[in-house]
Amino acid sequence: MKRALYVLWAVAFALGAWGVWERLTLGHRLAGYGSYVVWGLWVSAYIYLVGLSAGAFLLSSLVYVFGLQRLERIGKLALFTAIVTLLVALLSIWFDLGHMARFYRVFTSPNFSSMMAWMIWLYTAYFVLLLAEAYLAFRPDLVRWSRDAARTPIQRVVARWLTLGRTALDPATVAAEGRAVRILGTIGVPLAVAFHGGVGALFATVSAKLYWHQSIVPILFLTGALVSGGGLLTAVVAFAWAPRDDAWRQLTALLGRLLLVLVLVDVLLEWAEFSIPLWYGTSPEGHLLRQVLWGPYWWVFWIVHLGLGTAIPTILLVARGRDPIAVGTAGLLVAATFMSVRLNVVIPAQLEPALRGLERAFVGPRLVFQYAPTVHEWLVTLFVLTVGAALFWLGARILPLIDAKEVVR
Amino acid sequence: MRSTTADDPTPHARATAPRRQFLQTLGAGAATLLALDVLESLAAAPAAAAPPPAAPAVQATTPGPPPAGGPDPAPQDVLVRMRADLERALRKPATQRQWVMVIDLRKCVGCSACTIACVAENKLPPGVVYRPVVEEELGTYPHVTRRFLPRPCMQCDNPPCVPVCPVAATYKRPDGIVAIDYDRCIGCRYCLVACPYNARTFDAGERYTDGTPETSPVERLPAFEYGQRRTREHDASPVGNARKCHFCTHRLEAGLLPACVSTCIGRATFFGDASDPDSLVSELVAKPNVMRLKEELGTQPRVYYLL
Ligand code: SF4
Ligand code: SF4
Repeated sequence: MKRALYVLWAVAFALGAWGVWERLTLGHRLAGYGSYVVWGLWVSAYIYLVGLSAGAFLLSSLVYVFGLQRLERIGKLALFTAIVTLLVALLSIWFDLGHMARFYRVFTSPNFSSMMAWMIWLYTAYFVLLLAEAYLAFRPDLVRWSRDAARTPIQRVVARWLTLGRTALDPATVAAEGRAVRILGTIGVPLAVAFHGGVGALFATVSAKLYWHQSIVPILFLTGALVSGGGLLTAVVAFAWAPRDDAWRQLTALLGRLLLVLVLVDVLLEWAEFSIPLWYGTSPEGHLLRQVLWGPYWWVFWIVHLGLGTAIPTILLVARGRDPIAVGTAGLLVAATFMSVRLNVVIPAQLEPALRGLERAFVGPRLVFQYAPTVHEWLVTLFVLTVGAALFWLGARILPLIDAKEVVR
Repeated sequence: MRSTTADDPTPHARATAPRRQFLQTLGAGAATLLALDVLESLAAAPAAAAPPPAAPAVQATTPGPPPAGGPDPAPQDVLVRMRADLERALRKPATQRQWVMVIDLRKCVGCSACTIACVAENKLPPGVVYRPVVEEELGTYPHVTRRFLPRPCMQCDNPPCVPVCPVAATYKRPDGIVAIDYDRCIGCRYCLVACPYNARTFDAGERYTDGTPETSPVERLPAFEYGQRRTREHDASPVGNARKCHFCTHRLEAGLLPACVSTCIGRATFFGDASDPDSLVSELVAKPNVMRLKEELGTQPRVYYLL
């Protein structure tokens, strides 16, 4: 089983690396987006992955800020998840830039009227905060690991290196750091909300695209982040948690209930999103929504999102909410299929010509109002995902993601 | 030009068909452009030096300035008038010029000469177009009619594409033109989604002659947008950038009208300085049948349409 997974990963990584090689040598020539549908799979993957990050972080704040004791054990895991997903999200959007080497300009010459500039600065602040908070939250365990003879030499070396030389373990220091973690977590909550709300606002503020230009869009981004991040965290706890004890069962049951609530709230907001413009059938963005529901990609909404990502998880969570594996499956389904929601945000808005007849005015392969990701784009996204998987794998091996005392127990 | 390859029957059918089409259109566009520039400069010469023998052949479209005494039946070509307007505008400080474009939809015949002239002038690659002519078919057979609407960049006075740029690579110039700094643009394409006219396109680095044995020499020629000399070699800017119509700023600075204006066979496109009350465009934008596209969005376009 494990062996098969490794082989699968290696193959996926090799294919992905090929896609990246193509991207670096051939630029954007193999991509399916163009001049009218300008953002495609990579942008969708980016907002999907930053959503996972913000969601995982906001859940970790339940532990550190709101002191939800029963979730305490997953605090560090959630932080780590937030960092990994943010890193790979940035990788995805980096490949999308027309000039990859110029990315630093968003720092050296930012234009603060741009929602994109705000988003970038907010997630930079968020990233720095994540690193600081993770350092403080992990440090005591890192110190313990670096001294623990039961650890492998690599684990000890990495742990020692990551403590950055601060090895004090006296109760006063640890308590002070605990307070600092709480303060950082408290700052992080509005920051994560602003940052991911900002990702939503990046779309919602574009008045040229009525499909995006709606006040509910940033809110949907936030609930989407919580749902998908919550699903991912639930799946990680259910499947990757080492001691399969009573505590594990209780924890997954709790996460499962939380996830159920989030899924249902998201369904409610989605109902609002679709039903209001469609009710009388006359709104300007109505036909794009109908395109999502009944267009050629209807199955993305009905089967992937509503079926696999909403209905089945809801049934699992209601009927088998005490079974950790069922709850984990539900979480995995919610998290994995949420990409369909992101695609359905990014793509449909761009399928409409600004002027009727423009699609026939000057024709060319990149001057079309249609889009499907090319094999090349899928390969690059595969690369991004395999890098994320590798980081998780590494983290689980060399970092004390779960409290040391838990493992001893 | 490797016309032999272009005439090959089928071996590279997929690649050569667009290529041939491109070379033909490019050639035609360039030729028209040249011819018209010559015509324009001939016609613009003082009337005394060159009595206009050819001018009457071109159908006049506007009354022109009132005849200076005496009967003057020979109507003046609008290009001549606009050329004079342009010269006057260029004598003013740059900050006092207000470039606008007026397109008379009743005169547009939908020939797309402007589109192709623009492609030739700016060496536009596949996927990039600055001024398509949008065609709309109205009615049902047999009562059908067609409407043509050339769509350059509107050079909006309240341009949605400018505030969205994260690095301020796109900006409004004092003369009203919305410009892109190719060396600053990171290629995020946020401005493309923000433009309510789809007036911006993305340069993905392709050439019309990709996949053929040799890149066409035409496609290697430099373009002079914004007065800079760029060849798109090795994926250097403007490859990877947002691109759009800039009213041919480089031609304006050389005293030439934008390529689309010079080549418009229907004399349907007018250009000039709106801050000059004597200019042709000032006259035209004061007409009652003038409108602007999607005005309700508050973008305040600088391209006017006559209905
Ligand atoms: S037409 Fe589009 S690209 Fe041109 S200035 Fe207006 S918003 Fe910008
Ligand atoms: S594509 Fe270039 S000009 Fe357009 S918003 Fe991005 S950086 Fe600015």
